[in-house]
Amino acid sequence: MSEVLIVRTGTANTASVMAAFERLGCGPRLCTEPEEILEAPRVVVPGVGTFAAARDALGSLAARVQERICAGRPTLSICLGMQLLAEGSDESPGARGLAILPGHARRFAPGVRIPQLGWNRVDAGDGCRMLESGEAYYANSYRLDPVVPRGWAMAQTHHGEDFLAACERGPVLACQFHPELSGPWGMRLLQRWLDTASRWEAQAC
Amino acid sequence: MLMPRVIPCLDVRDGRVVKGVQFQGLRDTGDPVELAQAYQEQGADELVLLDVSATPEGRANAAETVAAVRAALALPLTVGGGVRVADDAARLLDAGADKVAVNTAAVQRPALLEELAARFGAQCTVLAIDAASRAGTAELSQGWELVTHSGKQRPGRDAVRWAQDAEQLGAGEILLTSWDRDGTRSGYDLELLRAVCGAVSLPVIASGGADTPQHMADALDAGASAVLAASIFHDQDMTVDEVKAALQALGVRLRRDRAMIRTSEETPANTQGDSA
Repeated sequence: MSEVLIVRTGTANTASVMAAFERLGCGPRLCTEPEEILEAPRVVVPGVGTFAAARDALGSLAARVQERICAGRPTLSICLGMQLLAEGSDESPGARGLAILPGHARRFAPGVRIPQLGWNRVDAGDGCRMLESGEAYYANSYRLDPVVPRGWAMAQTHHGEDFLAACERGPVLACQFHPELSGPWGMRLLQRWLDTASRWEAQAC
Repeated sequence: MLMPRVIPCLDVRDGRVVKGVQFQGLRDTGDPVELAQAYQEQGADELVLLDVSATPEGRANAAETVAAVRAALALPLTVGGGVRVADDAARLLDAGADKVAVNTAAVQRPALLEELAARFGAQCTVLAIDAASRAGTAELSQGWELVTHSGKQRPGRDAVRWAQDAEQLGAGEILLTSWDRDGTRSGYDLELLRAVCGAVSLPVIASGGADTPQHMADALDAGASAVLAASIFHDQDMTVDEVKAALQALGVRLRRDRAMIRTSEETPANTQGDSA
C-alpha cells in the first residue's frame, strides 16, 4: 500500500481527495506533524476556499511544501493548491504565495460566467508525461497565466482567455482542475502521478 | 470552452431516493449509492443530492448518505437540505460534499451566504431558488416569486431580484427550480431561466420540468450552464448517456466519458449490504 499524506488547508474538500486515493488502493491520511511533509513519500496539497484562508491555514507548513517541491519530491497540488505555488493572488492582495510558479492569480475577465464551474478542456503541451489532453472539472474564479519556469511542462485551457490548466516537473504535478472529481479521466491521471512517484522513489533509493 | 453539465438529482429522505410532483406525494425510487454509481457510469457530469427528510433523525443521517455516495463517486457532488449555519455546511463538506446548497435559510437570513462564501469560497456556495410564476395571483401578474419551506410558503419576494442579491452576497452558483414545472415533465420554465441568467453572471442550473433532451437543449439556449433532472433518469426512460447523445445530435457540445471507474473490491459489497 502506497502512503499518501494530505496536507490540511483548512477549507479544502479533503473528503473527495481522500475517497479518490482510497479507490486507487492507497492509504491516504491527514497530515498532523509539520515534519511529515518533508519525509512522506507522497504529499497532496488540496485547496478549496480563498487564497488568504488557505495560506493562513498552511502557515508554517508552507516552507516545507516549498522545500519539497523545489527538491522535486512527489507532490500534487490541486486547484487553490496550485495557485498557492504562484507569487500571490488578486483575491488576497496581502498574502504571499510560494513563488515557485511566476505571476499572480488574476480573476477571470468579465464576459464569462464566474466562477468557472464545470467541465473544460485540458490541452497537454510538449514534454508532458503525466498530463494527457482530455476534459476535467474546474471550480475557480481566479486563474494563472499559461507560463511555467524552465524544466516544467504545462497544459492549458480557455474560459474567456487562455490560462494554466496544469503543470508538471518530474513527480511534481499541479492542477487547476480537480482530478479527484474528473471521472475516469481524472482517476487515470491520479494513477499516473502515483506511478511516476513510485518510479522516482525506485531511482532515488 | 466550458461545457454544459447534465446533472441527475437525488432527493433523499431518510436514506432513500424519492421523487414527487411539486414537492408532494413522494415515492421511493431507489438507493442513493446504487443510483449515484449508475449515473456515474452512464456519464453524469455532476450529482446533486437534496436531503428532504422531514425529521431531525432523518437529517442527522444525511451526512452518512453523503459519505457513502462520496466513497463511490469521482464526480462533483452538491448537497443541500437543512443547512442553516456554516457549521451545517462544514459537516456535509467533511462527509464528502464539494458544494453546499442553501434555500429557505438564506431567504430568512441572507448573511448565511456571506458566511458560507467567506469560509468555504463562492465556488462552494450554491443558492437554491424555488420560483413560482405570479401569473394568476391576485396582486401581481408578472414575474416569479420565491417559494420556501419545500413549497409551503410564499414570502412575497421577487425571485430574479433575490438571485441578483445573492450574487452580491457571495453565492457562486444558482440552482433554479421552477415550482410550477417540478415533476410535471412539461419542460423547464424558459422565461424564468432567461430572466435569471440575464440578471446575474453566475452559472445557473436549470431545474424542474425536464422530460426530453430537447427541453434540455432549450434550457441551455436560454442561458443555463447545466441542466438538472430527476424523473427522466429515475424512471429509466433514458440513461444519462442516451440524453447526452441526443443533446450532441442537437448540436450541444459536451463531455462523454463512460469508462468504468476502478473501485476497491470492498466498496460494491458494502454498498449492497447497506441497501439490502
